[in-house]
Amino acid sequence: MAANYDYEEAPGTYDDVNRQDLGYDPNFVPDSVKSFVVHLYRHIREKNVYEIHQMYDISFQTLSDRLFKDTPWPSVDAVAHYVDNDQVFCLLYREMWFRHLYARLSPTLKQRIDSWDNYCSLFQVVLHRVVNMQLPNQWLWDMVDEFVYQFQSFCQYRAKMKNKTEQEIALLRQFDQAWNVYGVLNYLQAFVEKSNIIQILEQEKEGGEQFTANDGYDYSGGSNVLKVLGYFSMVGLLRVHCLLGDYQTGLKCLLPIDISQQGVYTSVVGSHIATIYHYGFANLMMRRYVEAIREFNKILLYIYKTKQYHQKSPQYEQILKKNEQMYALLAICLSLCPQAKLVEETVNSQLREKYGEKMARMQRYDDEAFAIYDELFSYACPKFITPSAPSFEEPLVNYNQDAYRLQLKLFLYEVKQQQLLSSVRTFLKVYSTISLGKLANYMEVDEPTLRSILFTYKHKTHAVDSDGKITSNADLDFYIDDDMIHVVESKPVKRYGDYFLRQIVKLEGVVTDMDRIKLE
Amino acid sequence: MGRETPKQQQQISYTVEQLVAVNPYNPDILPDLENFVNEQVSSQTYSLEANLCLLRLYQFEPDRMSTQIVARILVKALMAMPAPDFSLCLFLIPERVQMEEQFKDLIILSHYLETGRFRQFWDEAAKSRHIVEAVPGFEQAIQTYAIHVLSLTYQKIPRPVLAEAINIEGLSLDKFLEHQAANSGWILEKGHGRGQLIVLPRNEFNHPELKKSAGDTVPLEHITRIFPILG
Repeated sequence: MAANYDYEEAPGTYDDVNRQDLGYDPNFVPDSVKSFVVHLYRHIREKNVYEIHQMYDISFQTLSDRLFKDTPWPSVDAVAHYVDNDQVFCLLYREMWFRHLYARLSPTLKQRIDSWDNYCSLFQVVLHRVVNMQLPNQWLWDMVDEFVYQFQSFCQYRAKMKNKTEQEIALLRQFDQAWNVYGVLNYLQAFVEKSNIIQILEQEKEGGEQFTANDGYDYSGGSNVLKVLGYFSMVGLLRVHCLLGDYQTGLKCLLPIDISQQGVYTSVVGSHIATIYHYGFANLMMRRYVEAIREFNKILLYIYKTKQYHQKSPQYEQILKKNEQMYALLAICLSLCPQAKLVEETVNSQLREKYGEKMARMQRYDDEAFAIYDELFSYACPKFITPSAPSFEEPLVNYNQDAYRLQLKLFLYEVKQQQLLSSVRTFLKVYSTISLGKLANYMEVDEPTLRSILFTYKHKTHAVDSDGKITSNADLDFYIDDDMIHVVESKPVKRYGDYFLRQIVKLEGVVTDMDRIKLE
Repeated sequence: MGRETPKQQQQISYTVEQLVAVNPYNPDILPDLENFVNEQVSSQTYSLEANLCLLRLYQFEPDRMSTQIVARILVKALMAMPAPDFSLCLFLIPERVQMEEQFKDLIILSHYLETGRFRQFWDEAAKSRHIVEAVPGFEQAIQTYAIHVLSLTYQKIPRPVLAEAINIEGLSLDKFLEHQAANSGWILEKGHGRGQLIVLPRNEFNHPELKKSAGDTVPLEHITRIFPILG
C-alpha cells in the first residue's frame, strides 16, 4: 500500500466536503519548521533519545501552538528534501502530521484513509526491516494510542451513514480495507509476537533480561522500537477489546504486564492511566468490583499527587478527563459493592465531594437511581464501536450508538438484578439473628421470594476471580440455619503486624538521627 | 483479507486451542470454531476463550453468524455459572439478535438463575426443552450451580427448599441425598417435626468462623526489611 503523497494539490482542487484549508499553503515551510525537521532528523540518526524527546514533546507543541493553531503542518513533500528524502523519517513525520490534524482539525475521509496507509507503511518497516533507531517511550506510546484512537474515530465516523455524500460512499466502497478491524488487531498482535515481548517479560522474572530495568531502552547498540511497540501493543489490544465489548480477552492480552509493579507502562503517564482505566473498566463489567476499586484507588491517588507536574504537558487535559471518569466508575463500583476499607482517605474525600450525593441516591435503587447509574456509566465508558463493514443499502442509517446502547443496557440489567440487595443490607445491619418469616414480613415479601433475594445476595457478593476461585466481597454476611438467619459482620481486622513494623522502622530512624547530633 | 482459502488442509493439523492462541483475528478459522462448539456440546467440554473468539468473528462479519451456534454457546455459558460467562457472551451479541425468541428465553433463564429463582427457572426450562435438551449435561450443571448457591447460604437446609432448587423430588431425591451423604459429606438430620434437614459441608462462606483471617498475616518480605535493625 503505497503512501499517497498528494498534498501538492493547491487548496482549490481539494474536492472533499470538509475543507478546512482555505488560505493554507501546504508547501510553505517556515524557517522554524525547517530547523525543526533538520535537527530532529539528525538526533534520530544519532540516537540522541533525550533530544528527540525534547523536540517531540516540547518543540513540536510549541511550534503547533505558535504557527499551526488551526492549520496542518507543511506537507511531507515540502520538507522531504531537508532530510535526504529519508523514507522512515518521512513516515514518522507524517504520523505526527496526522496526529496534529486529528487533534486540531477535523479529518476528511480521504485523510483518514491516507493516515491508515501511513500507519501500514510505518508498521511494515518496523516489523519487517531492521530498524536502527531509539525513540522515546512517549512517542512509541503515542503511536499505539493514536492508532487505536483513529480506528475508534473511523468506526464512529463510518457508522453515521445517513448524511454521507456520494463521494464519501464511493471512497468507502473503494477503500474498504482502510481501518478494517482485522488489520488493526493483526498489526497489534504482530507487534506483540515479532517483538517477543511476552518471553522477554517472562525471562525478566528470572533475571535473564533487563528490559524493565532499562525502561525498554537498548543499551547494547540495538533498537528499542519493536520491543516497546510490542509492549505497548498489549495495552492497545486491551483497549480495542474493551471497545468491542470483549472484556475477558482484553484482560488476557494485558496479563503479561504485572500491574502490581512499576514497569514500562508507568514510564509514560498516558500509558499508565490508559492501562488502569481499561483494566478497571473491564473488571467492572466482569463484576470483579473489588479488583476494580483497588486499582482505581491506586491510580486516583497517584494522579492526585502528581498531576501538578503535568500541567504544561499536552496530555494534561486527557489526564484530567480520565481522572474524572475514573471517579465516576469508582462511585459505580462502590455503590454496587460497598467496601469500607479499600479506598484511601484522600481519594475518598474527593469521591464524596464529586459523587457523595449521587452515591446516596444510587443506593436507593429507585427510578432516579437507575438514571444516575445511566448517567455515570455513559459519561465514563469507552467509546464502543461496531466493527463490521457498513451496509450501503437504502435507507442509510446512523448506527454509531448501537454498540454503546447494548453495553449500557446490559450494565443496567445487572444493576437491576441487584435492586433488592440494598434493603436486605439495611435489615442485616440491624439484627444479629432473625427468622426468615419475620424478615419476610418486614420486607413485605413472601418467604420464597425472600429466599431468592438472599440467594441473590450471596451469589452477587461472591465473585469468581480470574483463577476461578470464589471470594466473598460482602462487607455484611450471613448464614441460614433451617429457618434462622444469623448475621455476621466482618470486623475490621486490627493490623498489628504492619503497625509494629512501621514503629520499629520509625524508632530506628529517630535513634539514628539522635546519634548524628553532636552536642556542643 | 480473503475468506475461503485453500489452506483448509494445513489448519486441520492445529488444535482449535492453538488456533485461538496463535491466530485469533482470522476469519478463516470460523468454521473450525463452529465445529468446536458442536464438539463441546457432544463431548461435554467447554472453552470460553474459543467461544468468545467465535462471537467476535460473528461481530466482524454478521452475515456469517449462525444463530443456532450462538444459542448453543449461550447454553454452555449458562452451565458455567456462577462464572459470568453468559453476560460476557451477551456483550458480543447484537441487540437485534438478542430480541429473537430463543435468545429472549435464554436470557430469562439466566435472569432466574442470577436472582436465585430456582423454581421459576425449572418451570421455564421445562417449556424450552428443545433448547436445553439439545445440550447434554445441562441439568446436572445447573444443579451443581444451585448446590453451590445453597452451600454459600445454608448451614442446615430444609428438604423442600433443596428439592425446589435442584428440581428433584421423592424417591429420586432420597437416592440423590444418599449419594451426597456417601461422597460429599452431607449429613441428613431429622428436623423438629417438619421433615428432613440436610447439613451441608462446612466452608468459609456458610461458616464465617472458618474464614482465614488474612488481615493479620505479615508477608515474610516485609519482615526482611527490618532484619538490619534487629541484627
